[in-house]
Amino acid sequence: MMSPEHYLFLSLALFLIGCIGVVTRRNVIVVLMSIELILNAVNINLVLFSRVFGDVAGQVFALFVLAAAAAQACVGLGIILAFFRNRETVQTDEMDLLKW
Amino acid sequence: MTTSYFLDYLWLIPFFPLVAAALMLFVGSLLPKNAINFFCLGSISLSFLHAAGAALALLALEPSHRVFQQILFEWFAPGPIPAIGGPVPFLADWGYLLDPLSCVMILIVTGVGFLIHVYSVGYMSRERGYYRFFGYLNLFMFSMLTLVLANNLLLLLVGWEGVGLSSYLLIGFYFQNKSACDAAKKAFVVNRIGDAAFLLGILFIETTFGTIRFTSQGLADAVAFAGINETLGAMLGQYRLFIGAPALTTIALLLFVGAMSKAAQFPLHVWLPDATEGPAPVSALIHAATVVAAGVYLIARMNAIYQLAPVAMDVVAFLGALTAVFAASMALAQSDIKTILAYSTISQLGYMFLALGVGAFSAGVFHLMTHAFFKALLFLAAGCVIHALSGEQDLHKMGGLWNTLPAVSRPFLIATLAIAGIPPLAGFFSWSEILDQTFSRSATLDRYLFLWIVGLLTLGVTALYIFRLLFLAFFGLSRVPPKVEQHIREVPKTMTIPLVILAALSIVGGWFSLPTLWDERSSFDKFLEPMVRDANLETAAVRFSHHSLLIEWFLITISVVVAGMGIWLAYKLYPSRSPRHSKVAASWPRLHNLFVHKYYVDEIYDALFVNRIKDLSTTFNLFDAKVIDGFAVGGAAWLARALSRISMWWDKWVVDGLVNFIGKFTRSLSHPVRMLQTGVLSSYVVFILIGLAILLVYYSHHMQLLVRSLR
Repeated sequence: MMSPEHYLFLSLALFLIGCIGVVTRRNVIVVLMSIELILNAVNINLVLFSRVFGDVAGQVFALFVLAAAAAQACVGLGIILAFFRNRETVQTDEMDLLKW
Repeated sequence: MTTSYFLDYLWLIPFFPLVAAALMLFVGSLLPKNAINFFCLGSISLSFLHAAGAALALLALEPSHRVFQQILFEWFAPGPIPAIGGPVPFLADWGYLLDPLSCVMILIVTGVGFLIHVYSVGYMSRERGYYRFFGYLNLFMFSMLTLVLANNLLLLLVGWEGVGLSSYLLIGFYFQNKSACDAAKKAFVVNRIGDAAFLLGILFIETTFGTIRFTSQGLADAVAFAGINETLGAMLGQYRLFIGAPALTTIALLLFVGAMSKAAQFPLHVWLPDATEGPAPVSALIHAATVVAAGVYLIARMNAIYQLAPVAMDVVAFLGALTAVFAASMALAQSDIKTILAYSTISQLGYMFLALGVGAFSAGVFHLMTHAFFKALLFLAAGCVIHALSGEQDLHKMGGLWNTLPAVSRPFLIATLAIAGIPPLAGFFSWSEILDQTFSRSATLDRYLFLWIVGLLTLGVTALYIFRLLFLAFFGLSRVPPKVEQHIREVPKTMTIPLVILAALSIVGGWFSLPTLWDERSSFDKFLEPMVRDANLETAAVRFSHHSLLIEWFLITISVVVAGMGIWLAYKLYPSRSPRHSKVAASWPRLHNLFVHKYYVDEIYDALFVNRIKDLSTTFNLFDAKVIDGFAVGGAAWLARALSRISMWWDKWVVDGLVNFIGKFTRSLSHPVRMLQTGVLSSYVVFILIGLAILLVYYSHHMQLLVRSLR
């Protein structure tokens, strides 16, 4: 029998993997993928608590998050493509124009 | 008082040209050529008709009443009349005076002026600024008519200056040429010298006589404000003035300096030869009929004062004689056809002043009239020659034009004979009148005999140079460059008809005054008598003392013989094929050089005045550069710089320092915060996560509650 804790731990694991990916990876595409991981960790949480509390709003919200994530991936990939055309790189440590 | 239309509307005579001038100068550029011709010729012909009508109306009057005055309006009104014996208030009217003298002058000015206008229609037809030319001509006519018709000295001065202005404009008509501009400026500046003296003379007259009106005859308010002539008589009667009084001599000399500059007499003659830079009709108008005549007119008008100033009279006579012979000699050696005529004019005017100076006023005015005819003719004919030869003025590049230009050469011959004093042409009568009067005065004053000899000499030299001109231009072999000769232009009718009329006048012009041989006094003399009536004080005695008929004949014969000798000499020297005149020049090189260089007068003026003024300017320039610019301006600049340096220090270190300090302070405060903004994406994520972790830790209590509730 799977308890809610299992889901929580799965979600936590996904979240941490995503976070570590965002922080450590230099390729923007991988960073974007890691952000998707984080978002899905959140989605698991939302669905879990929807089940636990018997409230369907959590699952509806998860669907919104998926839509937002898709839109974000679109925009993000577009920006990356434009950036690559200008700078010929997708490495985050070379994207440091907005500094002091 | 009888009145007639022409006398009542006397003011119209100068008014017509004024209207035409205003029209031309304001809207002339919009008008077609025909309209310009219509207005300008129309205005002058109307003026001439009115002048002729006024002259006839004047002649119809009794000789003693031939003075007509018309006051248009009060110009300078007198102030309140002071107590008896106090100074008389200054009064000047805008009024016109018509008497025999001004009558002769307006006829000459409008008559010759009209012919010159007709001639200009042909001469200027291809020039740009046609309307401008006619506008200036009409302005000139207005000024000149104002000058001769003025009833007081101040209005005369208005016309005098107007004439100066318009002759400046006309001489500088070709203003693209530097030489024309220079000539115009020279004429203006030289005339200023005379004008200053003239103005002083007017002021002196005002302070001496308390009036500047010539005469009060023919005026209603004559009692209140007497004219100069009346005041002079009254002051003589009260023994407040006497013959040769210093005041009178001073006035006469000052006015003479004014007349000298206008009439181009010896020290101030330099502007006239240069004035030939203007178009030929202008030369004719300025040299012949009008501007130069203004000087003669002024002295003739003020003859009452001159007759009481014997010293001034002698100055006038001797300077006139000197100018006459001196300018004639310069005319001998010039090669520019218009310059020769200009020197000839100076010489003739000197002759007129000689006449005025010996007291032969009417003879001087008479010569002015005949001279206006034949000199205008000479200038206009010379203009035709220049026109035909496409602008050639050098006598050495002419010759043989007698048959090429018949319509010009015949009138030119008549003018030549007239100026050389050959009977029965106009010049003969006026020459012999002057010589005769000078000789008759030598009976009382020996020095006049000298003047007579100089006059005779001038006559001979005049005949010589004018026939030299005739022979070189019209006879002998043609020296015209072949290129020019092919294109000898037809002279239009508008240019030749004035020549014919002037030639006729040059023949009959003298018959107005048959010499004293046939009558005790000439008719012209009688006509002008009212004008010199008050003046027969000193010279009256000799004026009518007539010598025998034999001497008369002798004088006439000798003048004709001298003129004939001049012509014979010219014939011997110039018409032959070999240029023998160069031999003459070679045998007296120094004299020739002196003549060619016009006695170095221009050079002397350059050395004495022009270069001195330049030196003075250089000195002032140095003063300006060293003292003004160096010390005053430079010092001020130094001071300003020093002050601004202090101000700059204050600004830089105190004001800006404060601002910079605030800026730097803010910057240093923000420095650590700024360093957080690395631009590296992952570092931002780390900050976000750290923040998230902090939030988690902060809300861990709630989290525990949440987890617990799940169980």
